[in-house]
Amino acid sequence: MQGVRIDMISDERLSKMPSTEKIRLILDNVREGTIVILESGLTPDEQSILIEMTMREILPDGFSGIEIETYPSKPRNTGVFSRIRRGEDESRRMTVIGPANQLKMIRKERDLISAWISGK
Amino acid sequence: MTTIIILPDNIHVDRQTNAWPDLTISLISGRNNMGISQTLSRILSGLFQKKTARIGIYGPPNAGKTTLANRIAKDWSGSATGMISEVPHETRRAVRNGDITISSQDGRSITIDIVDTPGVTTRIDYKEFLEYGIDRNEAIDRAREATEGVAEAMHWLREDITGVIYMIDATLDPFAQVNIMMIGIIESRKLPVVIVANKIDLPDASPKRIRSAFPQHPVIPVSCLDGTKIEELYEEMVRRFR
Repeated sequence: MQGVRIDMISDERLSKMPSTEKIRLILDNVREGTIVILESGLTPDEQSILIEMTMREILPDGFSGIEIETYPSKPRNTGVFSRIRRGEDESRRMTVIGPANQLKMIRKERDLISAWISGK
Repeated sequence: MTTIIILPDNIHVDRQTNAWPDLTISLISGRNNMGISQTLSRILSGLFQKKTARIGIYGPPNAGKTTLANRIAKDWSGSATGMISEVPHETRRAVRNGDITISSQDGRSITIDIVDTPGVTTRIDYKEFLEYGIDRNEAIDRAREATEGVAEAMHWLREDITGVIYMIDATLDPFAQVNIMMIGIIESRKLPVVIVANKIDLPDASPKRIRSAFPQHPVIPVSCLDGTKIEELYEEMVRRFR
């Protein structure tokens, strides 16, 4: 049976992983053609490192990069107590990452992401 | 004889808080080679010497980053440095143009290094260059240089840049993932940012769309190509990066 593998990684699992391990896991999976869905997304610093590492792994006629989609960050709540109460980074939101040649964004709005996934 | 002098330690004003750093007390022997007048002169020059801000021009490919970098360099130092073309990733290495002083109408000024960076993206395929009539080997070289340039630009954003001009093509969808990620990264590093809604000379341009996507930041509509409203950008740069 032909198809596309999708890994959905929970916030619980992600929060136990150091940043480098998280990024390595994403890139290794995506390079093999897996679509990775992160329940809680990456921090801005992790996103920055992911872009940098992706660039360093691109090869002619091989891996050509990633497609990554997430919602825009929510408007910031600057109250200290509200942040403590939440205990989380508001910038981390559900994220879909896949190989650039397999995952295509069709439509994106502030609250909707519509994407197309194709086989290898 | 021993003289006590209060020496500022690596003195500069913190740009986020405008706070002065702590002062340290150093003991300097009168028998040292450096005389008191020399020491005082060093202190005074340290006090009034302002650190040059390093302003990175970031944005997706073909947003007009090099056109802006060239215009700033031409308007304020009389020389342009970067190549411009319709081929994406024409700028494949960061280009630094140093010690540019920009003045506002009320007489305030900033001295900055402008760093023109390659267009940020998460994908680069050499085959895209073939569509512009570039041969395979050159396309592969271009793609490799572009990947290295983007990686370097991302690294600098975390380590070296002190302020950002973020360029968006005002004819395109501002909700593109690269814009959302980059603005998030810039915000997390607490870097001052000015968003430039470029290409307002084109009929489809909508700076309003960019303002509604990023209401938390100043958005300056300009045409870097013909210079429309470029003075407003310079005013905002002096306000924001000073």
